[in-house]
Amino acid sequence: MDTFLVGLIAATLRVATPLIFGTLGELFCERAGILNLGIEGTMFFGAFTGFAVAANTGSVWLGLLAALLSGVAAGLLMSLFAVRLGVNQHVSGLGITLLLTALSLFGFRLIFGESQVNPSIEGFQQLSIFSNSPILGPIFNQYLLTYIAIALIPIAGWVIYKTNFGLQIRAVGENPEATDAAGLNVIRLRTLALAIGGGLMAVGGAFLSIAQLGSFTFGIIAGRGWVCIALIIFANWQPIKVLWGALLFGGVSALQLRLQGLGFKLPYELFLALPYIVTILALTIGGRNAQAPAAMLKPYQRE
Amino acid sequence: MLKLKIERAPAPRWAVAIIPVVAFLVTFLICSILIVLANANPFSAFYNFIITPLSSKFSALEVLVKSTPLILTGMAVTFAFTSGYFNIGAEGQLYAGAIAATWVGITFTEAPSIVVIPLMILAGCVGGLLWALIPALLKVKLKVDEVVTTLLMNSIVMYFVSWLLNGPWRSPVSGWPQSAEISDAAHLMRLIPKSRLHIGFIIALVVVAIVYVLIKRTPLGLKMRATGASLTGAKFAGINTTKTMLTAALVSGAIAGLAGAVEIGGIHFHLIESISNGFGYTGIIVATLGSLNPIGATVAAMFIGLIGTGSQTVSRVLGVPVYLGDVVQNTLLLVTLAMFLLQNYRIKRV
Repeated sequence: MDTFLVGLIAATLRVATPLIFGTLGELFCERAGILNLGIEGTMFFGAFTGFAVAANTGSVWLGLLAALLSGVAAGLLMSLFAVRLGVNQHVSGLGITLLLTALSLFGFRLIFGESQVNPSIEGFQQLSIFSNSPILGPIFNQYLLTYIAIALIPIAGWVIYKTNFGLQIRAVGENPEATDAAGLNVIRLRTLALAIGGGLMAVGGAFLSIAQLGSFTFGIIAGRGWVCIALIIFANWQPIKVLWGALLFGGVSALQLRLQGLGFKLPYELFLALPYIVTILALTIGGRNAQAPAAMLKPYQRE
Repeated sequence: MLKLKIERAPAPRWAVAIIPVVAFLVTFLICSILIVLANANPFSAFYNFIITPLSSKFSALEVLVKSTPLILTGMAVTFAFTSGYFNIGAEGQLYAGAIAATWVGITFTEAPSIVVIPLMILAGCVGGLLWALIPALLKVKLKVDEVVTTLLMNSIVMYFVSWLLNGPWRSPVSGWPQSAEISDAAHLMRLIPKSRLHIGFIIALVVVAIVYVLIKRTPLGLKMRATGASLTGAKFAGINTTKTMLTAALVSGAIAGLAGAVEIGGIHFHLIESISNGFGYTGIIVATLGSLNPIGATVAAMFIGLIGTGSQTVSRVLGVPVYLGDVVQNTLLLVTLAMFLLQNYRIKRV
């Protein structure tokens, strides 16, 4: 295997990492019946808090923890609006995205000033598992969070399909009235799902700032949250299929970057727009087969 | 002892009337924490947000300039949401309109204003309409959920803009990814000398009036409201809901596209990637704050324009990051959204 292919596979895993976190996070929300359009802002907020805490404490681990907590807070904010108050899910989600984006930009300027040079930190180091192998070495020379992301996929599948909690989440996303009648607390379950989802999204954002880049830029998320919204439909709301979607998108992105580097003149924007176009096509063709949770977008209020 | 109970019933009129005031006070309290963190005085910050912009003619007019695109995207969203079509794509439709308007402005460079400006406005509407067409057709013909498709269409058009500006439309003069300037004749007329206020604001107000009349006073508006209230009910009453929803979605796209054309012709004069500061998304909240009433949405848009203008002053005078304005704006939007739900409750003695 030549270095081109090895490099491509390694880069694919890197690009896929934040998408896996984000999509799994969104999966928990949507399985519980909440379309969380706060994802774009939550990832941005996670990238910011992770970076700010890591830069000020000198510990990337504290940064990661802060990102996780900030995501949980974002999820709880979403639950306040979309679950407790019953505001339209898309309106509250977009409102949260706008607010968290503004809050991150404000916080970043407040802490790091208006300097022209972007501050940077010593981020997470890559872990080499097969350092002696010429092929597996470079491929498995990834950040810890990438391994965690991949491990999370079967874990999320197990939680959703094999645990009691997962069953309850699915129930509340399909038929909240019946779930309530069965004596389960709909509001609590949806809140919990949003908190877990928010935490995952924010870690996905923080991967970019405290691992891959070691800095925070205003365009750091650049629509990755919306890619996750697309990937989840592509994955038909199933955790295992999230992996294929994220790898496919990661692969295409990594490939176009490399081809550009080799001097191919490609309209790379077309490649970047591809996942959106494919998702719309998938919705069109497979629309009737799509397994969207039945109660998604429907606020639940006890009469 | 006095016992109180909260029940679901319309709140008394006086309570509904003071909701905006309470929302504003809550926003003030929340944002004060951030302002104190930034070593500034919250009272002086809010004075600069709300009062200073209105105290000079120039900045008061600037408030109207800043609210113009928000009024238009607010109308676009109001129109679609009224019929139950959840168009999240005003942002993308705005860009599609801006592309079409820019094309007119940089192509017909010899045309006089009287020809090129109406053409540019028309192009903006057509651009927005066409971008709204795909998700609208998918919705009414194949029942594909419009929330996700309109959202994804926003990202697609952004990459298209980026491709245009880095490729075929890239201005050879400037080093930045931006298009060539539209011709001087294509600039929208200024209403008042030495201010940026342009006829786009008047166009926006005309659109508000048209949207108001269409929704409240015409058979189409009645059908739209019926479809939005209950799709099955409207069908049962013999309304062609497919046609109604499609019309609402396309008109909505056209209004959003108009917002793009107005920003190109009145403010930027060339296409750049950042013509919209999330106007399409803010429009959704503006429309919701106005309870889908065109007049209410206009008031909300103007208030956001006010804070947007004030944020420049606040940043300059108090030395806080300019993004404080965005934080205040969005906190206010969310708090008001929450407060509006309170009008469904009243406190009762038991």
